Amino acid sequence: MPQTLKVAPAEHGVRLITLQRPQALNALNTQLLGELAAELAEAEQDPNTRVVVLTGSRKAFAAGADINEMAERNIVGILNDPRVGHWQSISSFSKPLIAAVNGFALGGGCELVMHADIVIAGEDARFGQPEINLGIMPGAGGTQRLLRAVGKSLAMQMVLSGVAIDARHAQRAGLVSEVTQPELTVERALELARVIAQKAPLAVRMAKEALLKAQDTDLASGLRFERHAFTVLAGTQDREEGIRAFQEKRRANFTGQ
Amino acid sequence: MSFEHILFSIENGVAMLSLNRPEQLNSFNEKMHLEVREALKQVRTSDEARVLLLTAEGRGFCAGQDLSDRNVAPGSAMPDLGESIEKYYNPMIRALRDLPMPVICAINGVAAGAGANIPLACDLTIAARSASFIQAFCKIGLVPDSGGTWSLPRLVGMAKAKALALLGERISAEQAEQLGLIYRVIDDSELRDEALKLARHLATQPTYGLALIKRALNASMHNSFDEQLELERDLQRLAGRSEDYREGVSAFMNKRTPQFKGK
Repeated sequence: MPQTLKVAPAEHGVRLITLQRPQALNALNTQLLGELAAELAEAEQDPNTRVVVLTGSRKAFAAGADINEMAERNIVGILNDPRVGHWQSISSFSKPLIAAVNGFALGGGCELVMHADIVIAGEDARFGQPEINLGIMPGAGGTQRLLRAVGKSLAMQMVLSGVAIDARHAQRAGLVSEVTQPELTVERALELARVIAQKAPLAVRMAKEALLKAQDTDLASGLRFERHAFTVLAGTQDREEGIRAFQEKRRANFTGQ
Repeated sequence: MSFEHILFSIENGVAMLSLNRPEQLNSFNEKMHLEVREALKQVRTSDEARVLLLTAEGRGFCAGQDLSDRNVAPGSAMPDLGESIEKYYNPMIRALRDLPMPVICAINGVAAGAGANIPLACDLTIAARSASFIQAFCKIGLVPDSGGTWSLPRLVGMAKAKALALLGERISAEQAEQLGLIYRVIDDSELRDEALKLARHLATQPTYGLALIKRALNASMHNSFDEQLELERDLQRLAGRSEDYREGVSAFMNKRTPQFKGK
């Protein structure tokens, strides 16, 4: 049983994971990160889970890493940091991951948000990389994913100044896909997750992979990957079912085969 | 925390904050800012407060910034007025606007400078007949702050807003009412009673719903029509889940007076 997470059993194909370290504004200590990685690994294997929604509290999605923990590590400790492996396994989750963000998403919290495929934010959410204030810098993708999400100028501004931006700004910049009332953030994310959970799982998986490819490869390779993925789906039963259902004007019944 | 420059209490759901530097027409110095900030924080986090009444003691409402706090002697460094706005005025204006409950402002006397614009960030503004309003900024080379340049054109239209801000003429409470700058004018002797009556009434109402109404109307100032329709849908969804809605419907069906809790 995870101690720093609350995990709801999958419902309509959607699993909700809530970060729960309220005493520390959900700061991502190693335990939490490890438990999250393990939960996602389990969700990866669970055929009843097609989409995962990840959220925190009303006040904070996650307000950074655990500074005390970080302070104890010297250069060797950082080289052997187990967190690196946890982050890697979070980023290799192949099913759609939706972040429902209220309140603070700072430092590691903002980096965790950027590991999600889709971000729904409450109006009072704030995103930032304040590591620079501590004489350090983002270490879990904050400089890489942020630049790809919001462009160079804003990424530089956020990382070099440490000043956070609000949900509307984050949406305009492309970090967030939708802004909603804070009371409805999780609901909206779940609603969207249920829509995605009804699609053909293999198509969803390949589409996610193709989209992520677009971030780290040149256009020609990306297009080639897309075409291969597109071709692979031609061999699935769900493709047949999807097209037939469309022609017969009925709802498709996807099985994941 | 005991206060020196404000009076503050929360009773029967009504939070009352009264500016209390009457000799200086309740103009803001740093200490008063800090006290107002602390009081607004208490209102926001209080389980009891369901409405805020903002008013002031003495013959004036608020004369804005206490200019004796400003060093503009020849040869001294130019002041950075932006700093005190960033630090004090803007957070106060945001706090009043975002407070999840109705904010009543009762203007007992002259409201000048920032003091004329703070009421514009409140939800229901009433004024004593003898009160007056002056966008005094233009007379000393400044720009209306505390949200004035945002609120004025939205409340009175651009033509009137520009006249008020560029001429800085004193306008009476009655003119302010006619312009749509405030909600109502009240006879001087009745202002305090009337304000309290209004506050006590609102404190018995479904204040969670009232807070959502306030949120919707505030957002309408910058939303597109479609965005606003979607916001109404979302806020109504929230309102429909409140205990007060259930109580309101049940009281209506059973022909009795509803007992709202603000939840």
